[in-house]
Amino acid sequence: MELDPLLLSRIQFAFVVCFHAIFPVFTIGLASYIAVLHGLFYKTDNQAWDRLAQFWTKVFAVVFGMGVVTGIVMSFQFGTNWSNFSFATSNFLGPVLSYEVVTAFFLEAAFLGVLLFGRGKVPEGVHLFAAIMVAVGTFISSFWILSANSWMQTPAGYEMIDGRFHITSWMAAIFNPSFWYRFAHMGMASFLTGGFVVAGVSAWFLLRHRDVEANKKALSMCLWLLLFLAPAQAVIGDFHGLNTLEHQPTKVAAMEGNWETSSNVPLLLFALPDQEAQSNRFEIGIPSLASIVLTHSADGEVPGVTEMAPDEQPPVALVFWSFRVMVAIGMLMIGVAIAGLLLRRKGRVFQSPLYLKTLVGMIVSPFLAVLAGWVVTESGRAPWLVYGVMTHAQGLTPSLTGGMALFTLIGYVAVYTVVFWVGVYYLTRVVRNGMIPDTAEVSGEVERAKRPFSAAHTPFDGDFEGASK
Amino acid sequence: MISLDLAIIWAGIIGFGVIMYVIMDGFDLGLGILFPFAPDDESRDVMMNSVAPVWDGNETWLVLGGAGLLGAFPLVYSVFLPALYIGVFLMLAGLIFRGISFEFRFKSKRNRHWWNRAFCGGSAVAAFAQGAVVGAYIQGFAVEDFVYVGGALDWLTPFTVLTGLGLMAGYALLGATWLILKSEGYIQQWAYRITPKLLVAVLVVFGIVSLWTPLVSPEVRDRWLSQIHLIWVFPILGMVCAYVLYRAVKRQEEGLPFVASLGLFIFTYLGLIASKWPVIVPPNYTIWDASSAPESQLFLLIGVLFVIPIVLAYTAWTYWVFRGKVRVGEGYH
Repeated sequence: MELDPLLLSRIQFAFVVCFHAIFPVFTIGLASYIAVLHGLFYKTDNQAWDRLAQFWTKVFAVVFGMGVVTGIVMSFQFGTNWSNFSFATSNFLGPVLSYEVVTAFFLEAAFLGVLLFGRGKVPEGVHLFAAIMVAVGTFISSFWILSANSWMQTPAGYEMIDGRFHITSWMAAIFNPSFWYRFAHMGMASFLTGGFVVAGVSAWFLLRHRDVEANKKALSMCLWLLLFLAPAQAVIGDFHGLNTLEHQPTKVAAMEGNWETSSNVPLLLFALPDQEAQSNRFEIGIPSLASIVLTHSADGEVPGVTEMAPDEQPPVALVFWSFRVMVAIGMLMIGVAIAGLLLRRKGRVFQSPLYLKTLVGMIVSPFLAVLAGWVVTESGRAPWLVYGVMTHAQGLTPSLTGGMALFTLIGYVAVYTVVFWVGVYYLTRVVRNGMIPDTAEVSGEVERAKRPFSAAHTPFDGDFEGASK
Repeated sequence: MISLDLAIIWAGIIGFGVIMYVIMDGFDLGLGILFPFAPDDESRDVMMNSVAPVWDGNETWLVLGGAGLLGAFPLVYSVFLPALYIGVFLMLAGLIFRGISFEFRFKSKRNRHWWNRAFCGGSAVAAFAQGAVVGAYIQGFAVEDFVYVGGALDWLTPFTVLTGLGLMAGYALLGATWLILKSEGYIQQWAYRITPKLLVAVLVVFGIVSLWTPLVSPEVRDRWLSQIHLIWVFPILGMVCAYVLYRAVKRQEEGLPFVASLGLFIFTYLGLIASKWPVIVPPNYTIWDASSAPESQLFLLIGVLFVIPIVLAYTAWTYWVFRGKVRVGEGYH
């Protein structure tokens, strides 16, 4: 069988970026939560907030470290596998991606060290300020990355000279038409991720009756937050979808599983899209609802996938189902948040083992939703790499062979598998260790470094001293 | 005119970033290469502790350099990375394993030997790959119409294997002299013993590479023979550094060996640049051919000029805080 470097490179990029994305999407939300905890402690002087802040800062340190390690690979992927794309778009993506790096380094150099190691060494106000700046910094970092991605979805502010993009307006390019929608949608996704992880871990502690007072506070706060954020995300997602309808109608057609442009289009709950036959083999839907959602009118016209020639269509089944996974998880999140409100009225929210266990299970849900969402938006624009201008095939490295791409794909899977299991294994130990006040004796490690991981003193192996108390 | 100025400014920034990376990550990669030869596990603790506070700061220069290249000299980025595809992967895998072993070796008791291996193997592979990149740069790349057209393993030749091994020896030398500076007692004596041997290895490889280079790169040969007066300054200064290093080790000086081996690296690097300037994608493309649009170089320059002083200050401060000797049993137990 002939190895296809294009397909293998796409699989490799999808794997590397998905793997990387789960870390920042969590740290962005968590950084804001930590800043809030610091603020609450600063204002109320309640030790519970301080203990929570310390605990979650340890988790943050480990996840941030893993995000940095996996992110380094990303910055080389563009050149190794997509060199024609890098060269053509470098006038825009070069500076924008560099600004992301510059922001991250500035953040690390100036504030992360103070947040991780400054407790008790700098005034409380300075510590709070560092926490806020770290949270702001993570958002600035994501600002640049999402601007780069949005520009590839809805390119703007450029002219083509000799096959290369030249920027004519930095404002138009950076704040391109889909940018604010994507930024809002991802920012909210980060908050939801942070919220559900904190809620789940707090529930896990409550099930074991550990640090009950602090974890009740954390869980209560998270549930109020999620009650507003989860529905808000649905609204933002709807706006984002309408923006996509305007700029990338074929993507929306694939999301809806709608092949022919028509009015009174049903909202499909289940379908088996068949790319060969250019239709659905089987479908169950609610009549006219897709038309109503997308055009706010029952007989509104919804574009179909067949507006594009078959070789310019995205993989409909993948986009269709990924979209449903994302939406279903979103609905589930809203349901869990509302259930929390109802249980709160009956005063059982901290006692119901079933509800607490559900929250523990929900820890993975935001990550799945985020990945499904990215699959929708990235494969939904296929075959375009820069929408309407450059295809995946045109952007590929010309000298790349299938064998080379397969070699590094297997290599990255192997390396990341090790990194992932080591990281998750260690993270679960940090969490199980819980909110034990840190002393250097626990692990025997003295803080020598401003390395992120050294903020978490949990030993990698051996027994916990005190964890079983 | 403005594009010409910007290209030179950017060449200066990238050149500075590369040498900062090479000398700073160089000594901590070197310690990884020396790891299996260390007298005992306690000296390994000291070796690792001597770089633990600074190593990830050192690697920021690599990332800054990579991102800066895409922004300022995209041709370098879009030719070097495809041409060095396998080598880049090996380097990244090496750096990742080395990075996580840094974090977890300190926290690990039972599994420490695994992290030792990851640290050493990762460092050695990364150093070799970087040395091979230098060799490949001297060789030049098959580029047609701004696109790399060569094969996957064109970069892997006897010449680049030699430069790979040479950089491993060079990093090990930096690591050994760093250890002289940061350790005491039997560990320092061990470092004193291995330094002259490493120096000899480095000089032998550098000598062979220097004789071989005119054969693999006609452009370099022409320059060496036509501009004798200027370019030969650098190897002479490099030899002076080697001599100073040798004498300083004989006299058991503590700081001078490290400074001298830094000098050896810097003059070799300057000699290499002087042999190629202003070609950045050999054999044919200059820094002006490889530049991005002037407005892009300018846009990025603002941010980089803002952040480089901060990174430098942060780096200097970290080294200052963690100055002095690292002792056995200090750092962790």
